[in-house]
Amino acid sequence: MIPDDRLYTAQHEWLKVEDGEAVLGITDFAQQELGDVVFVELPAPGQEFAAGSEIGAIESVKAVAEIYTPVAGSVETVNEGLEDAPELVNEDPYGGGWLVRLRLDDEGPRDDLMTAADYEAQLAG
Amino acid sequence: MQRTVLYRRHVESGARFGPFAGYEMPIQYEGVLAEHRAVRERAGMFDVSHMGEIRVRGPRALPLLQRLTPNDVGALHPFRAQYSALLTERGTFIDDLLVYCLGPEDYLLVVNAASRARDLELLEAAAAALGQGVRVDDQSDETALIAVQGPRAAEIVADVVGGEAAELRYYSFLHQDGEERMVSRTGYTGEDGFEIYTAADRAEDLWAEFLERGSDAGLMPAGLGARDTLRLEAGMMLCGQDIDEETTPIEAGLSWIVKWKKGDFTGRDALVRQRENGCRHRLVGFEVEGRGIARHGHRLTVRDAPGCAGPVTSGAFAPTLGKAIGIARLDCAGGGPPEPGSAATVTVRGREIDCRIVRLPFYRRPKRGV
Repeated sequence: MIPDDRLYTAQHEWLKVEDGEAVLGITDFAQQELGDVVFVELPAPGQEFAAGSEIGAIESVKAVAEIYTPVAGSVETVNEGLEDAPELVNEDPYGGGWLVRLRLDDEGPRDDLMTAADYEAQLAG
Repeated sequence: MQRTVLYRRHVESGARFGPFAGYEMPIQYEGVLAEHRAVRERAGMFDVSHMGEIRVRGPRALPLLQRLTPNDVGALHPFRAQYSALLTERGTFIDDLLVYCLGPEDYLLVVNAASRARDLELLEAAAAALGQGVRVDDQSDETALIAVQGPRAAEIVADVVGGEAAELRYYSFLHQDGEERMVSRTGYTGEDGFEIYTAADRAEDLWAEFLERGSDAGLMPAGLGARDTLRLEAGMMLCGQDIDEETTPIEAGLSWIVKWKKGDFTGRDALVRQRENGCRHRLVGFEVEGRGIARHGHRLTVRDAPGCAGPVTSGAFAPTLGKAIGIARLDCAGGGPPEPGSAATVTVRGREIDCRIVRLPFYRRPKRGV
């Protein structure tokens, strides 16, 4: 259900860290809460962000949710497929609906990120 | 938080709920896009039982309503309905409403849930001031309201409540089972459709019957999410959001509900002044041309008239049009409202996005052969 190959935030984002890079997306719970996604605003490659800063936004028909990065880094690439197919965030939030790939600053992920089991417990609680 | 009598039915259909005007209402079932499309292409069914129904009866009902609403209730015949409003002395909206004429001395006002208490208070005070001759009853709690909307609504309604309903003209209605049920050809989606007022204790069965018998025609339950995108595409105002106590019918492009020759009514003097001197504020429609979605509270500025600007009152992605649209309340001090086609910008999260002023409505239903 909730992939255990990545970390989670209390704001229902996931982060998959590998080789000094991190891919960021939102969870299945988050996409269900948002409803039909119709537009995703993503940062430009090369932009640098501090941990906790807002890097973009996901717009559903009814609501908007800001995207925050839980880690410091610079944008390597963004998911350009979302421009024509924002619904990928709904259909495949843990795969094709990824948002951005960040090159991590040296300090790496903050230690307040959750494992899949912890995140599942938060959802259940 | 209150619930409508159809709450259990919504849970069965997998609704996601949200608060609206003190009620826990279904926001969506399958999804806003699917429900919106169903109403435009086939049919959708909404529970709008949160709406208020206030009955005004008696020999002095007509003069009372003529005095309190800007439209001409005197022009209304039995079994016809009329869009109107309750206004302040400043000519601004307390509420927008439908007036149903049940008989020469018998009217039903259908009002918004959020303003129901205030409307009732106002009507009761006006009735008391008249002394005898008019009685005001709040029938909201014993009345449920189901809206069936879409190009296939007529055949579904004919199947469930009888063919006579499908013969109704726009803004007409009929009674069934005495007064237990009232079927009206009205709606808030921009499609053909019906609103069915029923005794609250019979609503669950009626809802289930529509779901069962309408499914072949593609009927699906639709929530307030789709209702909002549908009404916005159709250029219909949402009271408390687009129109409120700071907005007059003239500013909202609803001058047609103001009947100048019918005699005096609350707010008339202020509206006459506005008609003669022009108005500073205007509600305008706009389309977003750049990438992004304007939302309630964002600021729209007309490009060639930077002094002409104001907040977006409704903004959403329009599923039928495939682009973002909105209504903004512009302050055009000195100048008139911007011409349709004028370039504008809206500021979204610090970014300026190109927009264009357009005439309302955004969407008009295609004429279909009978």
